[in-house]
Amino acid sequence: MAIFILYKFLLASIILVLSLLVAMYSTLIERKVAGWFQDRHGPNRAGPWGLLQPLADGVKLFFKEEFMPNSADKFLYILGPSLTMFIALLTSAVIPWGPDLVINGQAFPLQMADINIGILYIFAIVSIGVYGIMIGGWASNNKYALLGAVRASSQMISYELAMSLSIITIVMMTGSLSMRDIVAQQQGFHWNIFYQPLGFLIFLICAFAETNRSPFDLPECETELVGGYHTEYSSMKLGFYLFAEYINMFISGAVMATLFLGGYHFPFIDKLGLSPNVFAFVSFMVLFSKITFFGFIYMWIRWTLPRFRYDQLMRLGWKSLIPLAILNVVITGVVILLNK
Amino acid sequence: MFTEYIFYFLSIMALFSAVMVLVSKKPIHSVLFLTLTFFAIAGHYVLLNAQFLAVVHVIVYAGAIMVLFLFTVMLLNLNNDERSPKPVWVKIMAIAAGGMLMLTLIGVFRGYDIKSAHDPLTTQIGLVKELGRILYHEYLIPFELSSVLFLTAMVGAVLLGKKEQIYK
Amino acid sequence: MTNLTSRSKIVSNKKMTFWERIYLPAILGGLRITFGHLFRKKTTVQYPEVQREFSDIYRGKHVLKRDDEGRERCTACGLCAVACPAEAITMVAAERKPGEENLYREEKYAVVYEINMLRCIFCGDCEEACPKEAIFLTKEIVHSEYHRDELIYGKDVLVEPMDPAKRIDVSKRQTPEVLAFKQNKKFKHNR
Repeated sequence: MAIFILYKFLLASIILVLSLLVAMYSTLIERKVAGWFQDRHGPNRAGPWGLLQPLADGVKLFFKEEFMPNSADKFLYILGPSLTMFIALLTSAVIPWGPDLVINGQAFPLQMADINIGILYIFAIVSIGVYGIMIGGWASNNKYALLGAVRASSQMISYELAMSLSIITIVMMTGSLSMRDIVAQQQGFHWNIFYQPLGFLIFLICAFAETNRSPFDLPECETELVGGYHTEYSSMKLGFYLFAEYINMFISGAVMATLFLGGYHFPFIDKLGLSPNVFAFVSFMVLFSKITFFGFIYMWIRWTLPRFRYDQLMRLGWKSLIPLAILNVVITGVVILLNK
Repeated sequence: MFTEYIFYFLSIMALFSAVMVLVSKKPIHSVLFLTLTFFAIAGHYVLLNAQFLAVVHVIVYAGAIMVLFLFTVMLLNLNNDERSPKPVWVKIMAIAAGGMLMLTLIGVFRGYDIKSAHDPLTTQIGLVKELGRILYHEYLIPFELSSVLFLTAMVGAVLLGKKEQIYK
Repeated sequence: MTNLTSRSKIVSNKKMTFWERIYLPAILGGLRITFGHLFRKKTTVQYPEVQREFSDIYRGKHVLKRDDEGRERCTACGLCAVACPAEAITMVAAERKPGEENLYREEKYAVVYEINMLRCIFCGDCEEACPKEAIFLTKEIVHSEYHRDELIYGKDVLVEPMDPAKRIDVSKRQTPEVLAFKQNKKFKHNR
């Protein structure tokens, strides 16, 4: 029992450090990729290939002057970024990172918590994710920040609906809400994306909207709102907001890989006859490369598409994605019934 | 033993934040304390082995309804000084309505046999499978009726929103 | 009416087809274009390591030339100041004292010669106007400063060093054509 708790603690720390590291280096990769898309090199001064750039950025953010508006609601102003960071890190708990490790004949699952409502847990976290932005935007006592917060809240609520509707089809096919079961069912090449291309597309678009990534980055739209909800933030509080966005990207990539791209499964890897621990490691690397792929897609889209107008955003969410998602649910239901 | 402490912690949190909803001066703080209350109650659901209910509670109440509350409060930017004092009859009505709710609750708990309640550690009632079976077998008609109720509310809201165009 | 550009497109407000309305093909097209840019040659010049090649007649910081014996060529005639469209040049003239023949070539010289680099537009008119081949623009870049007064360059910065090894070579700017141009009496400033 004690060793099990120790293991969970270790796993949690590893996942935490991993998310933070990935988020750190996503900032560098984002800038690099942006540079390449624009025929530039991107940052390459701090260390070889700019590898120390995230450290330099972090140090800069830490040492910047803490500035708090005089008329801000002090407690909520601090609560906002902390909450955003906290919630961003919570989601990783239910993601299965790989098959079980076997040490001394005892199996250790590479998952923090295999709760039987894994998907719903993710939705719960996503749905409360907007609080950090709203609280921060309101507490700044700045009209741009408030506008950003208001935009964020209505945007995230609107896209949550389509997101959950697109997932219902997966739940219908799997017959379970547990992430582990969903991954187990996609073993080999039975990835859900081949059965649910429409659901995947809807989920992908909604994931962009939920992480406030371009082309849905209206809450922080620089051209209209200065900086959106984080206009009044500086120093590491701003850093938390920016950082949380990258953690969200990482986690949403993990969720998408788990739900649609077969999680840590890849065809024929399980036939290689590897020892369990090596197999677990290889599987984890497979999942990680899928997540990286999604990260690249996030960046690719960001540097390709212009931002939506707000009415276009709302029309897309309510008039296109939700009806499509409902249609998808109906079709899936009919097909499942016919195949029974 | 350990769950007992958690129970007390959650109860104190729920009661404290519920009181703070009433006491806080800023509407935003009230809304946030209400959200905290919901989280505490979701924690209670988890203690009762009703994870599904807990998560749905968080999604629906904390994630959707309270966000909309917060949205409205922010959009209208209600400030402390703009709140006009309520007339006396409104206060009396409020006390009467609240008192009636309390009487109902007391009545419910008086007629309730605590001993026959499910053991929180073994009951499956809050899990997806059991809940789905009960909702779609025993309580199918009330369940569907409630969805009709929601539909009515939605149609009504659309009608109210489009009132001027319809009667023009 | 003729078109101003050959690339103009006629815009029509025709109803979009289904494929155009779902936008996905257009988005994929955009993604394809950006992806192609990943492998293009980067246009950045990595500045401190790689320097962009300058033209031989690049117009940068000015230099006040000395002649072969190390005497300042400038006689403070003021033609450069007159020619300067930005009015960046000011000077104070003085008479050469006996014993200073090894410093100044003519009897008159500039005690103060200042160019305000914030006003200068690096047009090279001063160079063209100078009858004594005294002022030239060089390949050197004018660096930025923290204070405005530091950008008013005096003789200490402008006059080239005495040491023959450190002289600034302006022969590229003195091609036969340029010299012939300077001798041409048809132009007002050469008279």
